Amino acid sequence: MDIGIIDEIIDKHGGESGALIQILLDIQGAVNWLPKEALARVSEKLSVPMSRIQHITTFYKTFSLTPKGRHEIHVCLGTACHVRGAQDILATVEEVTGVKPGETDPDLNFSVETVSCLGCCALGPVMVVDGEYHGNVKPAETAKVLSQLKLTETAEALEKLKQSETAEVLNLCACQ
Amino acid sequence: MPQFTTPAELEAYRREVLSGRDSAKPCITLCSGSACHATGSNKVAAAIALEIEKQGVAAEVDFRRTGCHGFCEQGPIVVIYPQGVCYLKVQPEDIEEIITKSIKEQQVVERLIYADPNTGERTPLEEEIPFYKNQQRLILGSNLKIDPKNLDDYIAVGGFQALVKVLFEMTSEQVVDEVKSAKLRGRGGAGFPSGVKWDFARQAPGAQKYVVVNCDEGDPGAYMDRSVMEGNPFAVLEGLMIGAYAIGASEGYVYVRQEYPLAVENLAVALKKAAESGLLGTDILGSGFDFTVKVHRGAGAFICGEETSLLNSLEGKPGEPNARPPFPATKGLWGKPTNINNVETWANIPLIINKGAAAFSSIGTEGSKGTKIFSLVGKVNNTGLVEVPMGATLRDIIFKIGGGVPGGKKFKAVQTGGPSGGCLPESLLDTKVDFDELTKAGAMMGSGGMIVMDEDTCLVDIARYFLAFLSDESCGKCTPCREGIRQMLKILTNMTQGRGKEGDIELLQTLAEATLGSSMCALGKTAPNPVLSTLTHFRDEYAAHIHNRKCPALSCKALIAYYIEPEKCKGCGACFRVCPAAAIEGEKKQVHVVTQHKCTKCGGCLEACPAAFDAVRVLSGEPVPEPVAAEA
Ligand SMILES: Cc1cc2nc3c(=O)[nH]c(=O)nc-3n(C[C@H](O)[C@H](O)[C@H](O)COP(=O)(O)O)c2cc1C
Ligand code: SF4
Ligand code: SF4
Ligand code: FES
Ligand code: FES
Repeated sequence: MDIGIIDEIIDKHGGESGALIQILLDIQGAVNWLPKEALARVSEKLSVPMSRIQHITTFYKTFSLTPKGRHEIHVCLGTACHVRGAQDILATVEEVTGVKPGETDPDLNFSVETVSCLGCCALGPVMVVDGEYHGNVKPAETAKVLSQLKLTETAEALEKLKQSETAEVLNLCACQ
Repeated sequence: MPQFTTPAELEAYRREVLSGRDSAKPCITLCSGSACHATGSNKVAAAIALEIEKQGVAAEVDFRRTGCHGFCEQGPIVVIYPQGVCYLKVQPEDIEEIITKSIKEQQVVERLIYADPNTGERTPLEEEIPFYKNQQRLILGSNLKIDPKNLDDYIAVGGFQALVKVLFEMTSEQVVDEVKSAKLRGRGGAGFPSGVKWDFARQAPGAQKYVVVNCDEGDPGAYMDRSVMEGNPFAVLEGLMIGAYAIGASEGYVYVRQEYPLAVENLAVALKKAAESGLLGTDILGSGFDFTVKVHRGAGAFICGEETSLLNSLEGKPGEPNARPPFPATKGLWGKPTNINNVETWANIPLIINKGAAAFSSIGTEGSKGTKIFSLVGKVNNTGLVEVPMGATLRDIIFKIGGGVPGGKKFKAVQTGGPSGGCLPESLLDTKVDFDELTKAGAMMGSGGMIVMDEDTCLVDIARYFLAFLSDESCGKCTPCREGIRQMLKILTNMTQGRGKEGDIELLQTLAEATLGSSMCALGKTAPNPVLSTLTHFRDEYAAHIHNRKCPALSCKALIAYYIEPEKCKGCGACFRVCPAAAIEGEKKQVHVVTQHKCTKCGGCLEACPAAFDAVRVLSGEPVPEPVAAEA
């Protein structure tokens, strides 16, 4: 992580401690989570104790203290989506990705989050995959969208493996 | 950017803008609110720009991107003016035809206009569509006419006239009196008389005071504030400025939830343009009134919608509530007198000043004046935002505007007031939307969520749903709220999972009353409402869960089983192919059977079985018959 980005964000808010939450939101927006070094920098530059920053980052749900996966899936569980079957969507997402809400898989492929309303209630149930909205979504469609993503991920992983040195070693072993 | 230093300059500019506009000139408007954005409005916008150029009609037609029209499920929405022809679910490939037919040949593209889901009857004009026809859109109506990022558009519809009137013709006391006699009540939930609240803040001693817009909109399933903020940020700003003048504040804050990026963006643009043109800053229009506004994004906490929590959050602290009194009006942001109102409340202010308190209070009921926007969602044909005069009945909203329940299902309940509100049954559908009437019926006006439920919705599960939400969102500061909610949730979860016990209903009732009475903030005080209202109106459903292990709505997964009727099954294998759990067994042309312990109750087989065979049944509260091997 480039600490310069963090400094820039802090400076943009004039280094005001009242802007703490806004600064953290911007950092999360820029690096997708809140790395320890970033929080330490904020604490130092704003002269806010680390304990207060920790309280804030755990109180507000938006903040993530662990890195997010390459693909972020948000499933709305708001009332409008709930009565139109959001639970079935979430179950499908969990099944296909193998990731529980609030978690990320060890390979950092998928992060699954639940939200309680995205303001698109008329389109419920709503799922957002990498910023793209899927409204009136059904379990079958959910499975299709995510399986496709998963396939791409696996293919890319295999491709990487093929190019890496480990693969060469593996190939050697296989031949001998 | 124009510069305004006097009201006369603003008026001159307004005349200039209006004289440059020809109301007979065709204008293509495209909804670019969040929901239409989600359904592809950006791609449609690109297609429109391209097609205008391609067909060489740039001089003959205007193009405007607007905020939410309300009929979000049918988006992206395009409306062609001056006629007002409304096209629904428009895709980029439809644009060529729309421009050729609608603009050049003055015809209508039949296939894109509204068709009644029951009769198939088509309606070309937006104002004639039943969904819109039965509304009274004093607030939302402006969304259709303006580009939220365009100051000229707002000025063209009379923007900032109310501000000028207040700054140059009225004292702060007169402004407060006007809002008082309009009998406006807060739209954020509690319905407190806004004028009275303003007066507290006005009279509170202190040189530094603040005004705040509450756009945290935490009610899951409601999005009125999102649409107003996104679609008409200048109106909210104008209301806020009038309030600031009335109480003597020179600084304002807008607290917007960060889940609404478009609202944040449109608001930021509006503030920038207002500042650049001299409508924000010092000595506004030469009146001597100074005012600036800052935007603060929320970071995902329902409790931050509560005013004292919101103010703590604004100060950069965790959003935990304080005990009231002192009320924000005397001791608010940074300990200074603060007036905080909901987005929709603020948006009503310019209207009241322009039309007068008498005109405003002529709409509505004795105790609730003006209009109210509802987010009509769930199991209803026409979902979206509806604005109706106070006093309209729930039945009119759900059936006349909403077109009733889809798929021939039966209406079961309507939930209003969000997590603090309640569920009302069919027998109370003639209740009027009015702060006091809804509370009397056991629900609440709340901020405007209106969720329709049909026979497939289990109300024990709905009560469980709201308590799960609240348990997650309770800040935990006071024990009755934290523990009361947790215990009620445990009982409800047990019920929906088939572990309900004799005496649970009575225990729920006791817990509900304890939580109600002794929590500090309104989250805890109102948390039992979803339980109490469902217990009152749907007690049988609770009893069935406990005594018969039966979910009458066939919705609680632990209490249902999918079963294939051997007499009806033709062995076509459709269910076998869709079952993701490999829970269905059977050879081709043989009766198929669901292996119960493998079934995940996804319902796939029920959907897959051809209607002609209709062999899959959902059972609840009765044993699943033993499989019989038989030829199909
Ligand atoms: C738990 C809780 C959540 C609330 N959420 C909101 C909200 O999201 N938006 C809102 O305007 N008011 C909300 N309120 C009400 C505010 O506390 C406050 O009454 C309101 O902003 C006052 O504005 P009004 O008088 O214009 O309604 C909430 C209250 C409670 C107790
Ligand atoms: S409900 Fe789903 S899991 Fe159960 S049998 Fe039917 S298709 Fe399979
Ligand atoms: S889809 Fe229906 S008819 Fe066909 S095998 Fe399954 S239960 Fe039998
Ligand atoms: S409830 Fe899901 S978007 Fe509002
Ligand atoms: S967002 Fe387009 S109609 Fe609501």
